[in-house]
Amino acid sequence: MAATPMNQLSALVNNMFATGLLDEQFQQLQMLQDASAPDFVSEVVTLFCDDGERIIGELTKLLEKSSVDFDRVDAFVHQLKGSSASVGAQKVKNTCIQFREFCQQKSRDGCLKTLDSVRTEFYDLRSKFQTLLQLERQIQGFYPK
Amino acid sequence: MTGTARGRRGPAGMEEKGEAAGLGFLGLDRMRLLLPLPLPEKLSARTLRTHLYNHYLGSRKVREQRRWLLLLWVVIWSLISCCILFLMSSQAVEKRREALASMCDERARMLQDQFNVSMNHLQALAILISTFHHSKNPSAIDQLTFARYAERTAFERPLTSGVAYAVRVTHAEREQFEREQGWSIKKMYSSKKQSPGPGDAEVREPAAEYAPVIFAQDAYKHVISFDLLSGNDDRENVLRARESGKGVLTAPFELLNNRLGVISTYTVYESELPPNARPHERIQAAIGYLGGIFDIEALVDKLLHQLAGKQSIMVNVYDTTKESPISMYGSSDTGSGMCHVSTLNFGDPSRRHAMHCRFIQKPPWPWLAITSSFGTIVIALLIGYIFHATVKRIAKVEDDYQEMMELKKRAEAADIAKSQFLATVSHEIRTPMNGVLGMLQMLMDTDLDTTQQDYVRTAQASGKTLVSLINEVLDQAKIESGKLELEAVPFDLRTVCDDILSLFCGKVQEKGLELAVYVSDQVPHTLIGDPGRIRQIITNLVGNSIKFTERGHIYLTVQVVEEVMSCLEVETATQYTKTLSGYPVANRRRSWENFRLFNRELHSSDVSFAPIASDSISLIISVEDTGVGIPFEAQSRVFTPFMQVGPSIARIHGGTGIGLSISKCLVGLMKGEIGFASKPHVGSTFTFTAVLMRARPSSNENKSLDFKEINALVVDHRPLRAKVTKYHLQRLGVKTELTTDLDQFVSKMNCGSRFAKLVLIDRETWLKESHSMPLLVRKLRNKDQTDSPKLFLLENPTSSVKSSSHISREYNLNVIMKPLRASMLQVSLRRALGEVDKVHCRNGVVGNPTLGSLLHKKQIIVVDDNIVNLKVAAGALKKYGAEVTCADSGKKAITLLKAPHSFDACFMDIQMPEMDGFEATKRIRVMERDLNERLERGEVPPECANVRQWRTPILAMTADVIQATHEQCLKSEMDGYVSKPFEGEQLYREVARFFQSHDQVQ
Repeated sequence: MAATPMNQLSALVNNMFATGLLDEQFQQLQMLQDASAPDFVSEVVTLFCDDGERIIGELTKLLEKSSVDFDRVDAFVHQLKGSSASVGAQKVKNTCIQFREFCQQKSRDGCLKTLDSVRTEFYDLRSKFQTLLQLERQIQGFYPK
Repeated sequence: MTGTARGRRGPAGMEEKGEAAGLGFLGLDRMRLLLPLPLPEKLSARTLRTHLYNHYLGSRKVREQRRWLLLLWVVIWSLISCCILFLMSSQAVEKRREALASMCDERARMLQDQFNVSMNHLQALAILISTFHHSKNPSAIDQLTFARYAERTAFERPLTSGVAYAVRVTHAEREQFEREQGWSIKKMYSSKKQSPGPGDAEVREPAAEYAPVIFAQDAYKHVISFDLLSGNDDRENVLRARESGKGVLTAPFELLNNRLGVISTYTVYESELPPNARPHERIQAAIGYLGGIFDIEALVDKLLHQLAGKQSIMVNVYDTTKESPISMYGSSDTGSGMCHVSTLNFGDPSRRHAMHCRFIQKPPWPWLAITSSFGTIVIALLIGYIFHATVKRIAKVEDDYQEMMELKKRAEAADIAKSQFLATVSHEIRTPMNGVLGMLQMLMDTDLDTTQQDYVRTAQASGKTLVSLINEVLDQAKIESGKLELEAVPFDLRTVCDDILSLFCGKVQEKGLELAVYVSDQVPHTLIGDPGRIRQIITNLVGNSIKFTERGHIYLTVQVVEEVMSCLEVETATQYTKTLSGYPVANRRRSWENFRLFNRELHSSDVSFAPIASDSISLIISVEDTGVGIPFEAQSRVFTPFMQVGPSIARIHGGTGIGLSISKCLVGLMKGEIGFASKPHVGSTFTFTAVLMRARPSSNENKSLDFKEINALVVDHRPLRAKVTKYHLQRLGVKTELTTDLDQFVSKMNCGSRFAKLVLIDRETWLKESHSMPLLVRKLRNKDQTDSPKLFLLENPTSSVKSSSHISREYNLNVIMKPLRASMLQVSLRRALGEVDKVHCRNGVVGNPTLGSLLHKKQIIVVDDNIVNLKVAAGALKKYGAEVTCADSGKKAITLLKAPHSFDACFMDIQMPEMDGFEATKRIRVMERDLNERLERGEVPPECANVRQWRTPILAMTADVIQATHEQCLKSEMDGYVSKPFEGEQLYREVARFFQSHDQVQ
């Protein structure tokens, strides 16, 4: 029983909620998935992962420069914040809020530090999302609609 | 004096008038400032400031003026008091002088009279001598006779100390005369008549004529034989006397007794002369001379003794014939001061006498004048001081006023700052608090021991309290800063009430209380108002009631005011006995007896509802509980913020005490009133009224058709509770009958009449009538297998769950848990009637049926640069059946929304690169206006022939839902805003606002 993908999935999601990675917005997302949009969650999550990876890449590049364009950094962080809020990636969202504060203070050190934590949290989340998607695919494979 | 005072008062009056005019000007100015409200605020503020400044300067000038006036006042009054002093003292002196004059004249006259009397007698003596000495030969008078006669008649001549008679002797007759008399004529020493003794007197040298003394009074016997003509004074006297024929006086000289005296000489003529006789005739006729010595000092002394007040004045008598007056009487110390001179006429025309009178005492101080003038100046100074004090006081008040204005401004600014600070800070605190609460929730799910769990639970409870407190403070701050605006959206009050009941379900069941709602039929199904705020008020009241109630019930009623008015009397009669749970309650009517609405009602008749607009409706909402009640002493401060009944209340029940104050404000905003009636240990009833708008009747969602053909019977021995049940059933469209008496019902059933398909029995009634229940159940069940009525047990939370489950199992009853709500009842009935519950109710955005109905088949465009957000928003809207088009930039949205298009609404992100949501919306609006103008002109493109006006609803999507953003949204002609990610109720509210009105237009 413990080994079924269904149980694994629910355990994983529960864990993600419990650790604060996700908030209720993700539940809302799950509710949005139904027969008319069977892959809604995976689509959104994939989009989020790709988008997030791109933004983090951009941010890394921007912050490496000697003179940092904080407005652009802020715009990117805002975008990442929006995405994570929509997906319910609570931790990433909160770190983004912190990040934006550093942007407004134009503190490069603070930005670099928060970028590191955003990166860690994001990749942590992404790996969990990937596991989650894999499990969902398995479930859908087992119980085709 | 008064004249001057009046003159002084004149300018003061003028000044007052001037001041009044100034005030009037000020008032007028303020009016002008207040009246034209559309005046730009800045401008009016500046005007006010300049005006105040001017006023301040003006008051300085007036103050300076006042000081001068005061000085002038004091100076003038000092002068006036000096005048008074002078006038009054001179008056006193005048009076004194008059008194002196009259006294002096009186004395002079008396002296004169006495003198004249003596003179007359002297004259009589002269005649006597003429008659008896000269006319008889030999003479009848000799020295002895004369002396005796003179002595004996001395009382008639009180003033004369002695008389003597000298006879005229010519030189030719001298020898014969000397021989006759037996002595020779002697000579007097110059003026010293009496000094020489008889021995050493010289014999008179020869002269033309002699006047030797032949008779004299005894005291003056020694002057006999002295020739009067040998002394200068006497000679002159004698000569003048015989010339004038009258008594003649000498100058005063010292008498023997060291007193001053005069000698009066009277001539004796040979024959009686005519009064107009010439002087030489008189000289010829003169035969002798009578002399009398007048003791003036004695005379005056005697006179003065006779008069009262002789001490008060000092009298001096002078002979003023010569240049230098000779004093005849009185001390030589004349002194200075007031003197009155009266002339004395002693009958000698060639001699003049005068009497000088003086007061012995120095004139007394003119105390009256001094006190009067002093009093005047004191009064004047006092008035001046009063004026000064008044002026100072006015100045102080003016200064204070300025200061107060300044302080008031500062206080107002501080108040605004406080409200803003509160609003900002509470907003800022809420965000991290949510994090704290979430974390605590997660912490609770982890593996904790009991103590840790207890700690976490406490922390979470505290956190929740803090958040609700912050929300309340935010509300209060908003209300105070006037930022709280009520919405006006259509809503169903019954649903709101049901929601509130659901909210308190758990608590009520925990405490074993009965909670019920009853909304009168007269309350329209759809009202327009602010459901959130009404919910807040009711929630607050119900929450309070639950907090303070340990047994009994909480009963929420909603009625139309008119309805309450009409059944007021009935209500009072049924108090106490027939409440919801059988416990006594506070008199509900008392809770609103102070409402202005009702007081107006009671005074006027029924027509008073006329002024209320036909569209508006006044609701009266009461929450009745059977709790501990409010102590009488605390009832007055129930609505004061942060005031609780006592410190122990806060400790036991928690809470901030701000809820009721907020409720009162909210009720005020809804043009209603709130009041309460409470009896300690019986319960409280809070009642408030609210004015809402009637919405146009629309289809009733809750009245599902499934229950249309169904009859129900409610068995409950408490009519009020049965009424509540009936109300809920009727909302579902169930035809409902009530029965309070079970036996009656059973007997009625026996008759075979048709009865209801649903029978709802309250558990309390069941227990009460438990003996007849099995029979009833059997009868109902046995009647007809196919159409047997469904039995429901209305579960009262007060009862223990066990016993009821026991009953329900035994008789196979459906249990409906109170509090009753339409939706719950619907589900229970459906389940019982064997229908599948199709509507799967879930909270949140997803599955909100009303949203689904609103958004179904609507063409919606979602604009967001963030593809993840776009996807999620689109997904959410699709869920409600909307057809969603996505646009990832503002520009794309503009091309898509180029009219004519088929979109019903647009959700637009605000923060986007290149073109943000506000800008995009503005451009879209410009395009729409352009098209509308063309439509008006009739240049109708074929695609939009049936459209009159274009305006696509555009809603902003934003992460930060704060006031400023909302205002900016409206400024950029957006229709509203929703939070991102979507939040169910808010999304519904916003969407409902334009889609419903849209539907109605269609």
